[in-house]
Amino acid sequence: MSALAEYEREPRGRMIFTALVGLTLQALTLPYWLAVIRPQFLVLVVLFWSVNAPRAGGLTLGLVAGLALDVFQGSVLGQHGLALALITYVAVREHQRIRSKPLLQQSLLVAVALALYEFVAFAIDGWTGHPITNPLRWVHVLTGAIIWPLVPLVLARR
Amino acid sequence: MAAFGARAAGSLPGRNASPGFRFTLCALICVGLMIVDQRGGWLDQVRYVLQAVAYPLQLVVNSPTTAWRILQDNFESREALQRANAILRNENRRLALRSFRQDALELENAQLRGLQRALPSLIDRWIAAEVISIELNSLRQRVLINRGTQNGVFRGQAVLDERGLVGQTTRVGPWSAEIILVTDPEHAVPVQIERNGLRTIAVGAGDALALPYLPANADVKQGDVLITSGLGGVFPQGYPVAKVVKVQRDAIQPLAQVLAQPLAQLERDREIMLVWFKDTHPAAPAPAVGEPKGGAQSLQSQPAQSKEVPEITRLGVPKAGPEPPIINPAATRPAAGSDDNTPPPKNRTPEIE
Repeated sequence: MSALAEYEREPRGRMIFTALVGLTLQALTLPYWLAVIRPQFLVLVVLFWSVNAPRAGGLTLGLVAGLALDVFQGSVLGQHGLALALITYVAVREHQRIRSKPLLQQSLLVAVALALYEFVAFAIDGWTGHPITNPLRWVHVLTGAIIWPLVPLVLARR
Repeated sequence: MAAFGARAAGSLPGRNASPGFRFTLCALICVGLMIVDQRGGWLDQVRYVLQAVAYPLQLVVNSPTTAWRILQDNFESREALQRANAILRNENRRLALRSFRQDALELENAQLRGLQRALPSLIDRWIAAEVISIELNSLRQRVLINRGTQNGVFRGQAVLDERGLVGQTTRVGPWSAEIILVTDPEHAVPVQIERNGLRTIAVGAGDALALPYLPANADVKQGDVLITSGLGGVFPQGYPVAKVVKVQRDAIQPLAQVLAQPLAQLERDREIMLVWFKDTHPAAPAPAVGEPKGGAQSLQSQPAQSKEVPEITRLGVPKAGPEPPIINPAATRPAAGSDDNTPPPKNRTPEIE
């Protein structure tokens, strides 16, 4: 019964709300350079919940958020869905190990996850014939990792 | 499957299906979606619905901007409004003066073409659309507008602002449509240099346009205005696109490196115009083969059109050198010559495929 108890403690409403906020932040128009260095907020939010509330969110959240990104960004349906589901899966699988690490090490792992995410998206971009070879597309991996220590501060329940 | 679905979306902690299995299922769903979305246009109706679903959320994201604009509009001072009014009135006078001779010129043109009377105007009708401030993708130059199939918008429709060409519509939902701007790296527009009629293709380069297919000895210089050449099936002939800002000729490079700045204010536009052109006009865009072009396309006809309207994207840009039709001296006719009575080719030209 402890699993159920833990499940019920996990904040679903908060999760959906923060995911929507993440999506909003990602869709806000910014000047070009700010937009380039903007971290992928929704991806960070999904990563946070997969690590800290793996049962309530997890794959379903990753998949739905990814598909929402696809619809918003007008990419091939399933592109961000697949990329986000992949890193969500890894994060859920390893959530206990990731959770126990200090924030700086977590940042490194997040950078790896974001790089994986961007790589999948990049590969699918190429396969579907819309390649963006601009190296700036990788910038958000760095900024996302840098901003990661702040994410738990904002999202964690106090 | 059904049991899994219930569990995935349901309210019980489903621990029975292993995470690996669930991930595989997710991945399969995504890959399937991608294949279906990429091939055939089977998912176009799904996307149409999804675009409709996303629209309210996009409006919410846009709401701070809208609120700010409304506030600004409401609290604009009397002097500012009067100033704007004076500017607009001046602009209106200037345009009126410019267009007084228009009718006479059109008649004269018709006589030169051996026609009995002047041609009807090229623009059939147009509507204004408002740009919704949504970041679609920072590395792709796309914007969202608040008009869709409900307003008769169709895929591959020309979009202009009061200074020049903005782009064309790509994905059209019921109330919203996505526009690919001329500066998008995946967009290419067939252009000609206004001064001498030299034809080439302008490819998006992020915040500017590049002319990657001009030989080093081409007659192009800074300040040249590029206008649409009417090839390509989307834009009619003669609309201003960009102004050349940089020409670099390298002794060791066979091609000139030319950059042009779009005339349309892509960054600052709040309102743009969607335009329907008369098919019968000589300057109208050459229609795609066997495809009727027109407004009010129903949803069902979108998939077919999506294949036919040459989405003039990536015209073999990376590998191809200068393409024969473009450096062909026959193409470099003087501007006067390009105004003779041969309508733009009705077939799709080789460089557009």
